[in-house]
Amino acid sequence: MTDLAIDLQGVGKTYRYFALENIRLQVPAGTIMGLIGPNGAGKSTTIRILMGLIHQERGEVRVLGHRMPAEQVAAKWDIGFASEDMRLYDSLTLAWHMNFIASIYPKWDAAYAQLLLKRFGLHAEQKIKGLSHGQRVKAVLLLILARRPKLLVLDEPTTGLDPVARHEVLRELTDVMADEDRSILFSSHNTQDVEQISDRITFIDRGRIIDSMDKEAYMDRWRRLRLEIPAGIEVPALPGVIGIKRSGRLAVAIANEFAPDLANAYETSGARVHAVENMTLEEIFVANVEHSREEVNS
Amino acid sequence: MNGDFVISQSDKRPMYFQIMEQIKQRIAVGDWTEGQTIPSIRQLAVDLQVSVITVKRAYLELEREGVIVTHQGKGSQVAANSDLGARMREQELEQHLEQAARIGTQLGLRSKDLERRLRATCERLAETKEEFA
Repeated sequence: MTDLAIDLQGVGKTYRYFALENIRLQVPAGTIMGLIGPNGAGKSTTIRILMGLIHQERGEVRVLGHRMPAEQVAAKWDIGFASEDMRLYDSLTLAWHMNFIASIYPKWDAAYAQLLLKRFGLHAEQKIKGLSHGQRVKAVLLLILARRPKLLVLDEPTTGLDPVARHEVLRELTDVMADEDRSILFSSHNTQDVEQISDRITFIDRGRIIDSMDKEAYMDRWRRLRLEIPAGIEVPALPGVIGIKRSGRLAVAIANEFAPDLANAYETSGARVHAVENMTLEEIFVANVEHSREEVNS
Repeated sequence: MNGDFVISQSDKRPMYFQIMEQIKQRIAVGDWTEGQTIPSIRQLAVDLQVSVITVKRAYLELEREGVIVTHQGKGSQVAANSDLGARMREQELEQHLEQAARIGTQLGLRSKDLERRLRATCERLAETKEEFA
């Protein structure tokens, strides 16, 4: 059995205008999981539950083998958690924060912290209130990364960063992968980041998980087919195709369970297949959310 | 290390495919030689800043194509064969011919017309060569 860094089973919580339903989320040790979904989908709620910050009403949560929220004190020694509302002390310096964290966590790696200062272009003697948004995000990440935690849980780590800062952050996250025991769960609106660095992808929308699987296998299932359909011909609804848009003779079909036979099936039905294209995660994301909402509404 | 790999998000081909192409290029030009041990999957993933699973996929496909071999516990090596340069040109030619045939069909050309056009192109190229010779 593979070790699971994170294991959520049947997790739910109901609010007045929102409910998290039957969340099953598993992150094998040594992998990077990207959590994506539209605003208000339940990404942050899920993350807060697995951190023990809010308590689920239903289901089991285990993080690094610890039951949450009951054993959160024990679990948190080895978790580095960052979210957008993370507070540092404005009137104190980054160096003060580094010393503070170092005094609490015995695994603090002072040499790595110095290296990160340099890589992130930060100055230890600078007070937090003088930092830009991007510098604050990098400061928080530095404080977490230098603890070398087994599990990183990052809520939107690259939001609001300029391209260079984003690149610096992604570089440190991929550096974590060099160690086979360390795992990352991160949420993002930025599908590019998720596509680039995650091993597994979880799609969440309206409080439910739509898909959760191996990124390569997942992206391989999706294709866009550009078709030419002669006037008077109706192509049948084919299995594996979630939608087709047609204006005049040209049409675009989106397949979420593509197999090479599909192109042949269109040809057999009288259409001409001009191209079969791979889709980016962003295109898949939008198509998937639209499709799952149509299913809910119908 | 391996900083000259470029994984571009504006490239329409999947990332694993871009990695395969660039490994093949290294072998074709002789930077990576037969029997040479290539970076581990995890190492290349860290270097390229892409996920382990993506590099793993690239290596699996390269193994299937006979470009590299992987021995449990010993990592991956460039396969001994390896007329890879010629094979890649061959593949490229095949792709261009396919493309020409497809566009030809769209234009309503018969295969005879296509043959004639290809012959004419060959002749034209030969003439240009003579002029410059």
